[in-house]
Amino acid sequence: MHELSLCRSVIRIIDEEARRQRFERVRRVHLTVGAFSHAEGEAIRFAFPAAAAGSIAEGAALEIERGPGRVRCLSCGAVWERMERVAPCGDCGDYAHEVLGGDELKVTSLEVI
Amino acid sequence: MCATCGCGHSHSHSHSHSHSHSPGHEHGQGHSHDQGGDFATRLVRVERDLLAHNDAHAARNRALFAARGTFVLNLVSSPGAGKTTLLVETIRALAGRCPLAVIEGDQETGFDAERIRETGIEAVQLNTGKGCHLDAHQIEGALGGLPLRPGGVLFIENVGNLVCPAGFDLGEHHKVCILSVTEGDDKPLKYPDMFAASDLLILNKTDLLPHVDFDVARCADFARRVNPKIELLRLSARTGEGMAAWLAWLEARIASPANVAGMGTGG
Repeated sequence: MHELSLCRSVIRIIDEEARRQRFERVRRVHLTVGAFSHAEGEAIRFAFPAAAAGSIAEGAALEIERGPGRVRCLSCGAVWERMERVAPCGDCGDYAHEVLGGDELKVTSLEVI
Repeated sequence: MCATCGCGHSHSHSHSHSHSHSPGHEHGQGHSHDQGGDFATRLVRVERDLLAHNDAHAARNRALFAARGTFVLNLVSSPGAGKTTLLVETIRALAGRCPLAVIEGDQETGFDAERIRETGIEAVQLNTGKGCHLDAHQIEGALGGLPLRPGGVLFIENVGNLVCPAGFDLGEHHKVCILSVTEGDDKPLKYPDMFAASDLLILNKTDLLPHVDFDVARCADFARRVNPKIELLRLSARTGEGMAAWLAWLEARIASPANVAGMGTGG
């Protein structure tokens, strides 16, 4: 997707939270990138230093939690967590599914001073 | 690396992702500051969505469309699948029956908006420059230039791209994916995000089926694996084959009270 512009969104969120939660510098950024989101963790890691340059998160470490997607099989009702967007149900082999979650793309927390 | 979408930074997989990307933590790289003399850090909870900015604009668009009683479609496809020709033929078929307006998106040129205006319908051309998709903020900016009247349709023709537009809610009622039969029947599995995000798949250029190796049933099966609820239509915008079913799909939804109340799913 647009990992550089996503990283700029991270910096914007950090600046807003710095005012709200009163901190001055960020040492570590915790992100959640869901398996069914449209972003790629490695590309975020690559783009982050460029976006953070000159900001209060410059030099901060990045921790990316890759959450799995959650689906319910529409044939047998089994609920699965998985990283693949499309896969047969582990119980009945059918592909038809409903997505229950796993597309989050968010800043979960920050380690700050 | 493309600064806009990160392309060029790919890595190959010989098998499914579940082997290479097991869920869990990945520790960030260290940095150059001396941590020994640093103040103790504290943890602050944030829980904020990176796409919230776009989603807020999309919600405002959605509310405006509901207030104006306008049915809005976001047309997505690869470049050259036939979005503009389909729009031109659709406008010709619907002309006079309901208010119509179009927002066109391309990196450069006003070619597509010009083709729409030749049909007598108002069109706004958005040029994204280096950008590879339309976003809700751009749509918000374009709305001032268009008449949106109750019972009407706004068609948004997105930038030709089977990847990026999938992630951006513009405030539409539905994303409609157009796939032409010259593009290969395996695209739903190769580009699952786009087919998952679309409520309707239009297979276009069916007049070319005798000349290409395109298995319609296989494509439909793949599309339903990604999105069990996706609807499917086959047509040729050029010959008119299948257009009646597409117009019926449109007219059923334009007239729907749910759309007038702004309860379309969009996203």
